[in-house]
Amino acid sequence: MGKKVLIADDEPNIVVSLEFLMKQRGYVVKVAGNGEDALSAVGDFGPDLILLDVMMPRMSGYDLCQKVRENPAWAGIKIIMLSAKGRDIEVTKGMAVGADAYVTKPFSTRDLIAKVQEMLGE
Amino acid sequence: MLQSWVIIPVSLAYIGVLFAIARYGDSRADQGRSIIANPYIYALSLGVYATTWTFYGSVGRAAGDGVGFLPIYLGPTLMMALWWQVMRKIIRISKTNRITSLADFISSRYGKSALIAGLVTVIAVIGVVPYIALQLKAVSQSFTILVRYPELAMSGLREPSPVVSDTAFWTALLLATFTILFGTRHLDASERHEGLVAAIAFESLVKLVAFLAVGLFVTYGIYDGLADIFSRAAAHARLANLFAPLGGAAGSYASWAWLTALSMLAIMFLPRQFQIAVVENVDENHLGKAIWLFPLYMLAMNVFVVPIAFGGVMHFPGLAVDPDAFVLTLPMGEKQEALALLVFIGGLSAATGMVIVETIALSTMVCNDLVMPVLLRMKWTRIAERENLTGLLLGIRRGAIVAVVMLGYLYFRLAGEAYALVAIGLISFAAVAQFAPATFGGIYWKGATRAGALAGLSAGFAVWLYTLLLPSFAKSGWLPIGFLEQGPFGIAILKPYALFGLEGLNDITHAMLWSGIANVGAYVVVSVLTRQDAAEQAQAARFVDVFRRAGEELDVHLWKGTASLPDLMALLGRFLGPERAQAAVADYARRRGFASPAAMPADAGLVQFAETALAGAIGGASARIMVASTVKEDVLSIDEVRSMLDEASQVIAYSHELRQKSQALMTATTELRAANERLQELDRLKDDFISTVTHELRTPLTSIRAFSEILRDNPGLDAAEREKFLGIIIQESERLTRLINQVLDLAKLESGRAEWQMQEIDPRMVIEDSIDATGQLFRARNVGLEARLPASVPPIHGDRDRLVQVLINLLSNAAKFVQPDSGRVIVALSAGPDTLRVAVTDNGPGVRAEDREIIFEKFRQAGDTMTEKPQGTGLGLPISRQIVEHFGGRLWVESAPGEGATFAFDLPRAKAPAVGPAPGG
Repeated sequence: MGKKVLIADDEPNIVVSLEFLMKQRGYVVKVAGNGEDALSAVGDFGPDLILLDVMMPRMSGYDLCQKVRENPAWAGIKIIMLSAKGRDIEVTKGMAVGADAYVTKPFSTRDLIAKVQEMLGE
Repeated sequence: MLQSWVIIPVSLAYIGVLFAIARYGDSRADQGRSIIANPYIYALSLGVYATTWTFYGSVGRAAGDGVGFLPIYLGPTLMMALWWQVMRKIIRISKTNRITSLADFISSRYGKSALIAGLVTVIAVIGVVPYIALQLKAVSQSFTILVRYPELAMSGLREPSPVVSDTAFWTALLLATFTILFGTRHLDASERHEGLVAAIAFESLVKLVAFLAVGLFVTYGIYDGLADIFSRAAAHARLANLFAPLGGAAGSYASWAWLTALSMLAIMFLPRQFQIAVVENVDENHLGKAIWLFPLYMLAMNVFVVPIAFGGVMHFPGLAVDPDAFVLTLPMGEKQEALALLVFIGGLSAATGMVIVETIALSTMVCNDLVMPVLLRMKWTRIAERENLTGLLLGIRRGAIVAVVMLGYLYFRLAGEAYALVAIGLISFAAVAQFAPATFGGIYWKGATRAGALAGLSAGFAVWLYTLLLPSFAKSGWLPIGFLEQGPFGIAILKPYALFGLEGLNDITHAMLWSGIANVGAYVVVSVLTRQDAAEQAQAARFVDVFRRAGEELDVHLWKGTASLPDLMALLGRFLGPERAQAAVADYARRRGFASPAAMPADAGLVQFAETALAGAIGGASARIMVASTVKEDVLSIDEVRSMLDEASQVIAYSHELRQKSQALMTATTELRAANERLQELDRLKDDFISTVTHELRTPLTSIRAFSEILRDNPGLDAAEREKFLGIIIQESERLTRLINQVLDLAKLESGRAEWQMQEIDPRMVIEDSIDATGQLFRARNVGLEARLPASVPPIHGDRDRLVQVLINLLSNAAKFVQPDSGRVIVALSAGPDTLRVAVTDNGPGVRAEDREIIFEKFRQAGDTMTEKPQGTGLGLPISRQIVEHFGGRLWVESAPGEGATFAFDLPRAKAPAVGPAPGG
């Protein structure tokens, strides 16, 4: 069974593209449209990697990331932050709350896939 | 019962009380808890104006002249009205310059002229010593009358008793002692004598109480009230003619006016009045209350004068009772021993108060303005070289006190019952009135010169001597009476009472007129003809501009030369005592901001300070002499003075300008800071806006790029998927376009660069067009849309496309937020008196109260928590609001969550005829 990827983003079209890209590489995908749903999906779904949008309703990507990192049981989960916010300060903040990588939107699909594979040790 | 063994102990007891009060006042002053530091004590102490001449004499005058006694009391009352202007200035000048006496005041103004100080002192002594004699006489006379009780009829004359058994002598001695004890405690004559002032205030109370007691007794005890006295007097042969307002010997209106004017001057220039009002003043604000309290005191003092006078005349018909003694003899005649004794004490208080204060004032003048300058000038005395002069100074002042009192006694012994003593009251007034031109001119006219003052004082004094004092001697038999009646050497034109043929005036009016003309004339003419030297010019400015100078920090020191601090310290030490001198200089250094006196330059300021400090002890004129002998002074030319004054006034002008400039700078700085903060805030908002716009642009771009790359990398995608992804790319491109358009639109609206096609439009057409434009959206979501439009509406003035833009925005928002299928939207148009209202109502989720303003902000969509992420750019409502407000209307939302929302806007109705383009159009 392929590795599990959780996609947390509130932009439907972006979700569609990410879902297509991940499934094409053989990952098991789950989608969450806001922060809270994403957090409960972390527990239920047990992803190996999260593609995490920063600006989400109900709980921001930063908060979600922090919560995941607070739980030792989730220590192995890789987190790639995706954000349209590209300022240095925002990248720094993302890394500070425990993201493994920070990708600025719009992104190159090939680069993103390469990064996901690298994270998952493939 | 009223033997001398009763009267004398009672009198001594009264004097003892005065000592006690004075001691208490001084001890409180030493503890720093002054008992005289209030306006009531100040006003009461001014009551020293009322002497035995008032206490006994005004009844005498009223018995002879009717209301002829009144001007003496009207004058002060009138003058008090001017005190807030005049006296406050004199007090301020005196405090600033440590003025010790009237002579000091006048001479200080005219360049600290020792000559003027001496002249003023001589005039004051000659004019006022007989007045002191009058007080001693009154005490001795009232004692003689009282001791003969119950016998009444008395001849005013008596055999002169030997000095050792003369009450007047012992009174004089006692008063000299009192004055020395309480009047020379401080070396600094400009310091207040607090105990003494307290005692004087007490004396004012005693004499008032005594006089009111007699008045009440006569009016209600002997007679049956005021009406009774006046009706009986009206029937009395001699008194009836006194009822005419200006009947009797007081004579014409002119003499009334002159007497009033004379008294106006006396209240300011009698040495004792200057002493109490100026030198002893604690706080110039006390003037405010004294201005009405003192006239009140004088009124109370005079209320019973006429009743007592009439009562006396009617009570002692045919008896040779002196009207001047009615106050005393009326109670005696009625066997009121206690009241008679009280009256005697009242008279004693009137006499002692006058003698004490007058003596202090005169002795200060004699010491500081007559003796010291002479001693200091006489090189052979080597007085200026002594180590410590404080003892000598006190000795001279004490000697002067004894001398003044004894001079008074001597005059009393010599003159006795002579006219020269009886008439001295007004003659004294006329003498001190000579100080008026030099003083008033001195504080208001900068151009008045020393020579002018000297000329005016001399001329006025000479005329006074000739027209008042010498005639009084002639009437007393000390000069041949022919001097009066035929003029000196028979020259009629020089007759003292009818100088240059001016006849028909009474003696006082006549003397006032001539001395006034001589004094003022000489003062003005000589002042105009002569020039001031540097010292005078400096002093003139210090006096005339005293109030202005108080406000300016800068002080001009018109002085040039070389001084040394040790020399000045030694000088001060010799007159003030070393400790006081050191303390004073240390204090001055501190005020100028130096750590120690040694660090201070020995400059003009220090010299000025030393001179002022010294002036407090020995008077301005002597201080000038001493300082001049201690430091090396250069003579200032008048040009140098002028340039120093110019420089000072320029510095003042510059500093004034600087103050204004720095004020303006401060204001500008504050404004700049505020503007900067606003700019930073704007900058921050702009930053946020750009960051938000960037974010909003990146989102559709992300989808477009992702799907483009997917399509590129996956050529084998099936047709349906391909179609779907291309659709997304197109949809996101449209979103991007819309966003860019709206951002640009909003930027244009906000910057005022938007173009407006203003015209008359029918609002119904706008609504119908908008409904057409959004029809597809409503049909797609199966949402009902109803338009409620009235049959006819007035046109509005606006941009048609912009209004359509607003309405499309509102309608499409409504369509997006309501539930598909069940959603309903109503657009309604209604006309108010001044406005048209368009309301778009939906049955969607509504808007929470806290979001009702936020949704009109840029990129601030509400509803994150309501449904899924709302569609749209987040700029529609802000743009709509901008547009509506541009037309002078407003856009708002009404909503209850769960019950839908109504977005409504008002537009002002077009005014007929149509106005031109709206502002910004």
